[in-house]
Amino acid sequence: MMKIIWIITKRELNSFFDSLIAFIMIILFLGFSGFFTWISGSDIFMVGQASLRSFFSIAYWTLFFFIPALTMRLIAEEKKSGTIEMLLTKAVTDRQVILGKYIATLLLIIIALCFTLPYVITISRIGNLDFGETICGYLALILMSAAYTSIGLFSSSITNNQIVAFLMALFIGLFFHIIFEVIAGGMKGILGQAVNSLAVSVHFESLTRGVVDSKDLIYFGSIIFMGLFLAEVSLSKRNAFNE
Amino acid sequence: MDIVIENLTKKYGNQKAVDNISLKVATGEILGFLGPNGAGKTTTMKIITNFIAADEGKVYIGGKSLTENPYEIKKHIGYLSENNPLYQDMPVIDFLNFCASIQGIENSHIPGRVAEMIKTTGLNREKHKKIGELSKGYQQRVGLAQAIIHNPEILILDEPTSGLDPNQIAEIRKLIRELGREKTVILSTHILPEVEATCDRIFIINKGKIVADGTAETLRKQAQGSDIIRVKIEDGEPDQIFKSLQSLKSVLMVEFTDRKLNRFNIHCSTVEVKREIFRLCVNKNWVLTELTPFETKLEDIFRDLTMN
Repeated sequence: MMKIIWIITKRELNSFFDSLIAFIMIILFLGFSGFFTWISGSDIFMVGQASLRSFFSIAYWTLFFFIPALTMRLIAEEKKSGTIEMLLTKAVTDRQVILGKYIATLLLIIIALCFTLPYVITISRIGNLDFGETICGYLALILMSAAYTSIGLFSSSITNNQIVAFLMALFIGLFFHIIFEVIAGGMKGILGQAVNSLAVSVHFESLTRGVVDSKDLIYFGSIIFMGLFLAEVSLSKRNAFNE
Repeated sequence: MDIVIENLTKKYGNQKAVDNISLKVATGEILGFLGPNGAGKTTTMKIITNFIAADEGKVYIGGKSLTENPYEIKKHIGYLSENNPLYQDMPVIDFLNFCASIQGIENSHIPGRVAEMIKTTGLNREKHKKIGELSKGYQQRVGLAQAIIHNPEILILDEPTSGLDPNQIAEIRKLIRELGREKTVILSTHILPEVEATCDRIFIINKGKIVADGTAETLRKQAQGSDIIRVKIEDGEPDQIFKSLQSLKSVLMVEFTDRKLNRFNIHCSTVEVKREIFRLCVNKNWVLTELTPFETKLEDIFRDLTMN
């Protein structure tokens, strides 16, 4: 079971690197977040604290746009070219395919995040870096990426058009990224609180402050589970959405 | 492993792609699956390989229900699907390694098995090329290699020789014949001589329904009703020959195929007619220059059954 998932993960990762998507993603991600973290706007020197918070808030946006670009091809491309039939008629289950592709994408994002470790080293040399808070910040980025990857995977599973998959993932993601927060701003009482707690930013900020609350973990866990679950259901329906 | 299909039905919207089909394929049998475009061949194959689910009916493979043990059964099936979809950006050897490992072949056996497949399908010179760079014929070989790499007991091949040149077709047919000695094979095709060359049994469907099932020989008998013999007799008056032939005991009907060359088609009830024709010619001093039993072509049977 685990072995099959890992075989699929390895193939997907290789395909990311062979098609240069991985390199482009890493370079662009580092370029954007590096530029805004160190050079422009409210960068680290403006803040005047030995903290990576400004990097986390930049990555919060760059990842939001990059992840749909990574996930859009995962299933849509295989549906379009027909290779999904070749893959699923082998000794694999739908779930193994979904999980394999999911883990591959998440690993690629984690690899990209690992390239920002020099930021941590640099800042810890400059001043007194709070390592607990930094680790929580990275955890927040990984959890957020995991949630958006599962949404992206689901979007890719309902269509055989990559552009549709990309836009769909952004559209769904936008609700979690800002819309819920905006809506909640106009509401009062319990309802407002409930809608507000659906926003990613609320949970993301509480994590980057260095507090690991089980509420936040459950929140991201639920999005991940829902995305993967719906992706599997949609994949098992085969061509239901395209015909 | 044998394949048993019971009352299979699959609808796309209101249209029945497969309509109540039942079929048994014995272990070691090569079944030729025929039908015009859109007859339901590919749908049936997709159901057997568990890619799509049937609306009604059951599939048993090796006595086990496909819907209850899909994972277990898929290990024993090798499938080459219609358009032979492959990962175009993967080198041949990496792709075959991937297929071998995902089909559960032990890591230590994979290199040997992959090398064997490359040898069997003649891909040695192309093995480091990306699949997308290969010609259609070579891609077809890769498709066949991935289908048989785990030595499955059941092979489902959807138009395996499409896009191949005549030499490759002959090779692939030979390979299928060899594989078919121990394996159960279902093979769909539009090329009728291919069915005669490779298959033990023919199964024809049209508009989702079975229209014929049997060996090439039994299908011919059914289609013709009587035996037909083609003869050419020289050194005689055409009309006289015609009359004399018609008066023979076991002849049902005589028709001219070429008046100038004295060629006839003779419909007859028994094979005894050959001797009668010979004696007639001896008596009348005619020369019998041609006498061949005439076989209805599979093409004609196919057209008869699937046109209307």
